[in-house]
Amino acid sequence: MSSVTGTGPAVEARLWDRFTIRQKRVMWAWAFLAVPIVFYVGIRFYPTFQAFWLSFTNWDLLRPAQFIGIANYQRMFADPQFWQVFRNTFAYLIIGAPVSLVISFVVAYYLDRVRFMHGFIRALYFLPFLTTAAAMAWVWRWFYQPVPIGMINGLLANFGLPSQPFLRSTEQALPAIMVTAIWAGLGFQIIIFIAGLRAIPSTFYEAARIDGLGDWAILRKITLPLLKPTTVFLVVFSSIGFLRIFDQVYNMTTNDPGGPLNSTKPLVLMIYQTAFSSYQMGYAAAQTVVLFTILLVVSLMQLWVLREQK
Amino acid sequence: MKKAKLAGLAAGISFMALGSAQAVEIEYWQYVFDTRVQAMDQLIANFEAANPDITVKHVTFPYADYQTRVVAAKVAGQGPDVVQLFYGWLDNFVAGQLIQPLDPAVFPHEEIESEFFPIVSAMKRGEDYYGLPTAVRSLALFYNKALFEEAGLDPDNPPQTLDELLAAAEATVKRDGAGNITSVGIAMGMAAQDHHWWREGLIRQFGGQPYSDDGRTVTYNDEAGIAATTWQADLYRTHIVTQIAFMDEPQAAFRAGMAAMSIDGTFRLGAFDSIESFEWGVTELPANDEGMRSNYASYFANAIGAGASGEELAAAEKFLAYVSSPEAMEIWLAVVGELPARQEVALTEENLADPIYGPFLKGLEYAHTTQFVDEAAQRQVAIDMEARMSIQGQEPAAALAEAAAQEQAILDAFYSR
Repeated sequence: MSSVTGTGPAVEARLWDRFTIRQKRVMWAWAFLAVPIVFYVGIRFYPTFQAFWLSFTNWDLLRPAQFIGIANYQRMFADPQFWQVFRNTFAYLIIGAPVSLVISFVVAYYLDRVRFMHGFIRALYFLPFLTTAAAMAWVWRWFYQPVPIGMINGLLANFGLPSQPFLRSTEQALPAIMVTAIWAGLGFQIIIFIAGLRAIPSTFYEAARIDGLGDWAILRKITLPLLKPTTVFLVVFSSIGFLRIFDQVYNMTTNDPGGPLNSTKPLVLMIYQTAFSSYQMGYAAAQTVVLFTILLVVSLMQLWVLREQK
Repeated sequence: MKKAKLAGLAAGISFMALGSAQAVEIEYWQYVFDTRVQAMDQLIANFEAANPDITVKHVTFPYADYQTRVVAAKVAGQGPDVVQLFYGWLDNFVAGQLIQPLDPAVFPHEEIESEFFPIVSAMKRGEDYYGLPTAVRSLALFYNKALFEEAGLDPDNPPQTLDELLAAAEATVKRDGAGNITSVGIAMGMAAQDHHWWREGLIRQFGGQPYSDDGRTVTYNDEAGIAATTWQADLYRTHIVTQIAFMDEPQAAFRAGMAAMSIDGTFRLGAFDSIESFEWGVTELPANDEGMRSNYASYFANAIGAGASGEELAAAEKFLAYVSSPEAMEIWLAVVGELPARQEVALTEENLADPIYGPFLKGLEYAHTTQFVDEAAQRQVAIDMEARMSIQGQEPAAALAEAAAQEQAILDAFYSR
């Protein structure tokens, strides 16, 4: 650069001096901000828009993509497997999210009052969250086995109860997997709830007690309303988690992923299989667009509903 | 840290200098599997010693990523010169122009056809061969000698027919007081190798044919197909000598000594070799009443990448010729345990008399290969058929009809593109 025009730096310096301090500050800020922005646009937003375009093509990784209009969407909406997967995904969401939130709130509420070995108990609840999902799923897979291997069926047999097929059943497999997913996420939600509970000033409780309110009234009138920001965060967070459930299902059903007979398959697993085992990238992109839309709508709806109650 | 970087740089530079001074470097790609990598390293060392002007760079990827990597490399214009592929991926690799046909002047067709096992034809499209295997794999019946003895069966006389297999399974299955199976007569599951046994074994043994000769039409939905499917399903439906997904996977049940029999491939030998708690044996897949046997064989072949040309192409051809040579096959058998793809190397008296390799080798003589267009999806069809029968109680005829329709749809979708 400098070899081209000897006066270069001097000119630049003069130009730079012409800006006010305020302008310089803004420019510096943008110079630093540009790095993450470019990064995010490059690795997040650009692929997202690319996926929208891909969903209108028949790209299979190997041959050049051809524009095929809405054929992928027509195929998807006519595919009974897609609707089965759609129902499964919402089953994970509609049962999984509320159940996990209620349990974690109850645990957090009472754990907050426990002084004896508080840290230890909290660590016990948090431990599953730290464990790799794959390792956990494999352990549960063996729990669910029929006798003589499966622990749960072994217990049932001890009490003279009939053994259950669990993962080898089209009705029981999804709940069986959901239990493990709820259990795995519990620790995180409990910690967040406890933090939320601790953040409520104790003066409110003291005032309520002086006014003679009972536990139930305190919970309804003080704790729950003041806990709202925490609850909103956890509702959105766990809903997205259940909508995107993958590793639990994949690892617990590796021999027949999402089986038996697609009864446990969530949308993300279907996308994964379409893309990386059948190499139908266009069709997978169409499924991704549907998932993206669902996530967006569900998140916005929750934010809106929870804000309305103010 | 800095030092290491410098050293790396220096090594890189000297490596490049070496490359330019010594003509040509080619890349060989395969997936990670311990013994396969060891065997290939040995072959590369031998090859480089014989061809000092060629260096071979050995690149490996985890199996789950392998195909994606090959495709991604092609998109980036960085493909391998010699690449390993499963025979069932050939259509996709050819369609994607990832590999090029073998030059008949270097690999004469008559030689390929007379020297390799006939299943090599699965690497032929039109007039061209697209690759050659080093080793092939087939199926056989593994059996647990200890459980045979315990049930009063002769451990040196394993079942040779389908009827005998059923009888042996009935004799060896164990149940607890509540009727739960605690040890299966034969470990089964379409998710493992049973879908091959069903497709290329049982259906043919009951007088059917799984697919039309061009591989584009499903033809198993007939009397013979129903009979074969019923016979296999009855092992868990009516005879209850097994339970699908018992201990999760057939190989796990067999390894744990909780399955008297299991149908599996040569590739399982490595895993079963370390079994110490009991003795096991191998025998050919059982014959039907007329004594007819049928087996399924498969292989990974090596092909030449589409990007190789000029010097690199010549070097790649030399390397491919070496890894498909009798010498390479013997090394592969010793290190990996997979059967040589050339008949003269495989069918030696020593190998045929081997109690382990013998049954697999005999299986090769009457083996078929399925022309898969999407192996995972086609296997899923078989898994779902089994689930409908074992979990939902669907009748075999109906389950088979549904499976045939699903699989035909997969074939149609592929061939219509």
